[in-house]
Parts: sequence; structure tokens; C-alpha cells
Amino acid sequence: MFVRGLKRKCFDGEEDIDGTLAGIKAIPSYNLQRQSLLDMSLVKLQLCHMLVEPNLCRSVLIANTVRQIQEEMTQDGTWQMINTQSTGQASLDRLVSTDILCRSSREQAEGKHVAGYSTFNKDFEGDQAQDSSETMSTASSVQALRNLQSNVWEMENPQENKGNFQKSLDQIFETLENRSPNSVEDLFSEVDNSYYDLDTMLTGMMSNTKMGHCDGLETFSSPTTTTSNSNCKSDLNELDHIVEILVES
Amino acid sequence: FSGAGGGNDIQWCFSQVKGAVDDDVAEADIISTVEFNHSGELLATGDKGGRVVIFQQEQENKTQSHSRGEYNVYSTFQSHEPEFDYLKSLEIEEKINKIRWLPQKNAAQFLLSTNDKTIKLWKISERDKRPEGYNLKEEDGRYRDPTTVTTLRVPVFRPMDLMVEASPRRIFANAHTYHINSISINSDYETYLSADDLRINLWHLEITDRSFNIVDIKPANMEELTEVITAAEFHPNSCNTFVYSSSKGTIRLCDMRASALCDRHSKLFEEPEDPSNRSFFSEIISSISDVKFSHSGRYMMTRDYLSVKIWDLNMETRPVETYQVHEYLRSKLCSLYENDCIFDKFECCWNGSDSIVMTGSYNNFFRMFDRNTKRDITLEASRENNKPRTVLKPRKVCASGKRKKDEISVDSLDFNKKILHTAWHPKENIIAVATTNNLYIFQDKMN
Repeated sequence: MFVRGLKRKCFDGEEDIDGTLAGIKAIPSYNLQRQSLLDMSLVKLQLCHMLVEPNLCRSVLIANTVRQIQEEMTQDGTWQMINTQSTGQASLDRLVSTDILCRSSREQAEGKHVAGYSTFNKDFEGDQAQDSSETMSTASSVQALRNLQSNVWEMENPQENKGNFQKSLDQIFETLENRSPNSVEDLFSEVDNSYYDLDTMLTGMMSNTKMGHCDGLETFSSPTTTTSNSNCKSDLNELDHIVEILVES
Repeated sequence: FSGAGGGNDIQWCFSQVKGAVDDDVAEADIISTVEFNHSGELLATGDKGGRVVIFQQEQENKTQSHSRGEYNVYSTFQSHEPEFDYLKSLEIEEKINKIRWLPQKNAAQFLLSTNDKTIKLWKISERDKRPEGYNLKEEDGRYRDPTTVTTLRVPVFRPMDLMVEASPRRIFANAHTYHINSISINSDYETYLSADDLRINLWHLEITDRSFNIVDIKPANMEELTEVITAAEFHPNSCNTFVYSSSKGTIRLCDMRASALCDRHSKLFEEPEDPSNRSFFSEIISSISDVKFSHSGRYMMTRDYLSVKIWDLNMETRPVETYQVHEYLRSKLCSLYENDCIFDKFECCWNGSDSIVMTGSYNNFFRMFDRNTKRDITLEASRENNKPRTVLKPRKVCASGKRKKDEISVDSLDFNKKILHTAWHPKENIIAVATTNNLYIFQDKMN
């Protein structure tokens, strides 16, 4: 079972920043790690339908995982909590990371122009912009999932599918182009940090040995001893490469 | 089983290894399926490059009573080629997903091989004689001028070097929108089924231009899709019965006599979830990667990510036996999700008498479970155990705590070395185990 007793209860918006920060420190990494799992799953879904025809079973399983996480987050109000809290850098980055993964699909759905994104970065100091970006990230994950699902699974209608495929490609590329290289690395370094506890927390099993989880992760990597994140990163490198080619042409 | 037991325990010995020696694996050489034929004399492998290689067992040598015949290459042919779907702008891989042999009816052998979209029936026949002495043809095939013929002779068959020819006899195409994961020949030996992620089709071996759809789980709105078909198989004795497994860990048994479209199952096999083990990965690891009927037809075996389960067809509520393949991976599920290993599809197989089941794992380990003695063993397919007739040493993975000598810790396992495909000879204790690009053949020690 998850360590549910450690979860914090719903805040209302009147708590001062200090109290909120203290509350956050009391949060186990569970919420952060659950968020990381959500991020990772969304990346997997987006990346997988860029290559050959995606493995439908894998896509369905990942999408179901995303749905599960979102349901749980909605149930214990974490979804709402993201709206109300005003926090330090750590959760900003987290919001940013979710936002990145979801924004392009949401923008797609709302027909917004992508260029507005860069202004969000500057506006993050302001509460107003924060709230709106936070609101976006809550709605956008669900939206992203739906868009991704229809993109990934509509294999039957060739014309439509080709359009979707192209649309999804565009989404990814727009995302990458608008991001500075550093922040892409930040995105995955944020996810990376929480992995070493993710196993124990999310699988609900506290192992007895003080296993070096980081070390454990290293062994899962390829023989060339890249980091455990290498799969995501190398996929991104491929994407960068593709973007370069397309931009030049 | 681990060598210390009674006289019935099998002692496995290395017999042969096929494939390239070097560590640099060519993608096309990755083995994607392994299957013995009904007599066990032939062993077929399919690879990612679309090739089929068939090995034939040597006739038993009376003088060499300590080992059974070796398997040598009998035939190699290109079964499938890469294709391009122009409408979807996507490649269709030539990788052979499954091979299934037909029972032998005459001198020739027949097998079905399939990639993601197309199934082919191949005839493999031997030619060891050729006709000589035609009147109108020279030996090299050129035609003779009839006016130069002065005498007549009767052509005769003369022996020649054995030639094994493979020719495609039927091509069953354009019936699957999604990727084919299974083919299964019916016990009537006239029909077979092919299953993709969302549909199952029934074919007649003689008819290529039409097939019947017998299962369709595609939702009207694809956004509602939450479950796919992962494997399907015909019952070995009842020609009206088949099963299919799903990504949610369920198995449905269907009776084709009930209706034309078998969307309503006759039986639903599902084990209730263990709430103490619940996690975000519970569904993924419950997804069934393989389903196999026992030879008797009374039981079926399913493989999910961490375990092998034996079901009695008469009991739907839970399996009668469960064997843990690599339970030590349960605490690593997140990492395995991240590197996609959690989606690896392991197969499983029965021995000829249905008393032992086998399946693969990581680090080139494979596992066997004896259903009678309840003992299990872990062995490794590696070139280090190269000597024929040397008994393989059992392996042990240390899950936590102090690692004993000769044990390997979970963190040292190589997750790139996975054994997904294994096969057991239908009659003898001979097994074929496929690592990434090598095929290992092990036999029991004969005294």
C-alpha cells in the first residue's frame, strides 16, 4: 500500500507562504514522484508515436497508467492543490515541466499561437501568471492525454491519421524549438532526481537493504553505461537531430 | 531439480549454440520466434530480418548412445520483406512474429510464418533425385532440334545432392489493421486463427482472399480504448474452442458454435488483484504476454511480467498454480518502466508430458518449474558453458541482503540480455533457448 498517512491534507488559499512551504517540506516525495511518473508517461506517449507504427499495447498501458495517476490526483485533491499553492522554485519547475509536455496539445486544441510561451517564463514571478499556468497544467494533462490517445490510436483512417501524425510532429517540434537547450535538460534532471526513491514509494514496497537506488538505476542502462535517463535523453537527441534537419530544409 | 534431488531430476547439458559469436549484434539477426515441429525433428527460428532458418536433427547414431542427434541447418529462406504503407507513411516491419508448423501429411513440410500484417504458408520440400536423359532437352536445359533426334530413350531419375526448397504456397494478406501477435492452427488442420491487437480472424488454409472476423474488441470511439488482445490460441483438441488473453490480465475462452462473432466469451479467467501489491504498475505487470494450452488440453498457462500461472479450464476464478519467475524485480518496477523493460513480452512453454513449464528472464537466465515436485531451477544460456555434456550449473539471484558466493545480485543483472523465446521438444528433453541473436540447444544428460 502507498504510504498514505504521510500525505498532507487540502490547504485553502489563506495559508501564508511560510506555512505552505513548511507543509511542502512535510510532503513525502510521493507527490513529486507521482508527478514525475506522470511526466515520464506523457513523454513516452508523445515520443512513441513519432517513430514506426507505435506498439498499441504499450501505448494503451502507458495511457492507462496516466489515467490512473490523474484519477488519484483528482481524488485526493492534489489536482486542486496545485492551483492554490504559491511556492518556491522547485514546484515552479515541476509545473513548467508538466506544462511543457501538455502545452502544445492544449494550445492546439484552443488554437492559440505558440509564441506566447516565452512570455510565460518572465511572468512566473507574478501570482496571476502563476495561477493561470497552474490552471493550465491541471486541465492540460487531461487534454494532452485525449489528444495523444486519438493521435496514437487512430490508425484506421489514413488521411486523418496522416494529418494527426503531422500535427503531433508539429507539436513536438514547436515545443522543442521554443525551449532553450538548458531547460530541456532541466526538465529531465528534475525528473531524474526523484527516480531513486520512485521505486520504493510508488511500488509501495520498502526494501530492507539500503540499496543504492542510483546505483541500481545505473545497471538498467545499456552496456555503454549511460545514465538511466539515457533512453529519454537519446530520444530527445534524436528529436533535436530531426528538428535540425527540418529547420535547415 | 537442482542436482541434489532424486533420480527423476533432469540434468541439463549444453548441446549446441547457433549464431554469431561476436557481441556486436546485427539488428536483423535478432531471433524473434522459435518453434519445434510436431515430431521434434525440425526446429524453426524467425528473426527480425524476416528470415526463417530451419534446423534438422541428425538421425540418431547407434554408436553415440550418450547424446541425441545434433541440429544442423536444413533450410534458410527469406519469408517476409520490409514493406512501406504509403497511405500511413509507415514502415511494415519484416520481423517474423510467429512460426507455427502444420502436422506432416506427406513428404513435404508446411509452416505458417507471420509478420505484423501478412501470414504466409511455406512448403519445404526435399529434392534428392533429378531426371536425366530427355529426348528433346540437353542436360543443361537447352532444347534440341527435333530433326537431330535419331533414337529415343526413356528418361530416368538419378540421385543428386540433397536440395531443400522453400516455396510460398499461400499469402494471407490485408486482413489486419493492427499488428499480428499470434497465429494458431486448429485441430481440424484446415483452419487457423490470426490475432492482432484488437481483432481475431479465422482463415481456411486453402483460401487467401477472405477470412472471418471472430473477435472484435475495437471500441467505436478509439479514445475509449483501454484493453488490447495480447495472445490467442486454439484448443489442442476441440476445434470449436479458442482462448485470447488481454493487456488487463484476463483470458477469455470462446466457443465458435455459440455465434459467428465471439465477442461474448464462454468463460472469463481472471484472478482478483492482491490489494497489498497494488501500485501504478499493477496493470502493466498483469498484462499477459503469452498463453499456451497444455498438450492434454485440460490446462492453460499464462505468462505475465513477473509470474507464470497455470489455469484449469474448469475453474475461472483463479489459477491452480502460480510460479514466480523473478519476484525480485517487483521493487524495481519504476526503473523497468522507465527503460521500457516492463513491456518485454516473455513467452512460456510446456514439456511434452505437461509436467514441467519453462520461461525466460533477464541476464540470459531461463527458469523451469516442475509441477509435480514443486521445485524450480534457474539456468543460464551463455557461451561460457560451452562443453557438451557438461551439466549446467544452477544460478541464483540474490534479492537483498548478503550475497552468497556464486549468487548474482539484482543490480548486476544485464537487462539487455533477455530470453523471450523458448521451445521444448514435443517428446524428448531437448530445449531451444533464444538469446538476443543466438540459439542455444540443451539436452538432458543421458547415461
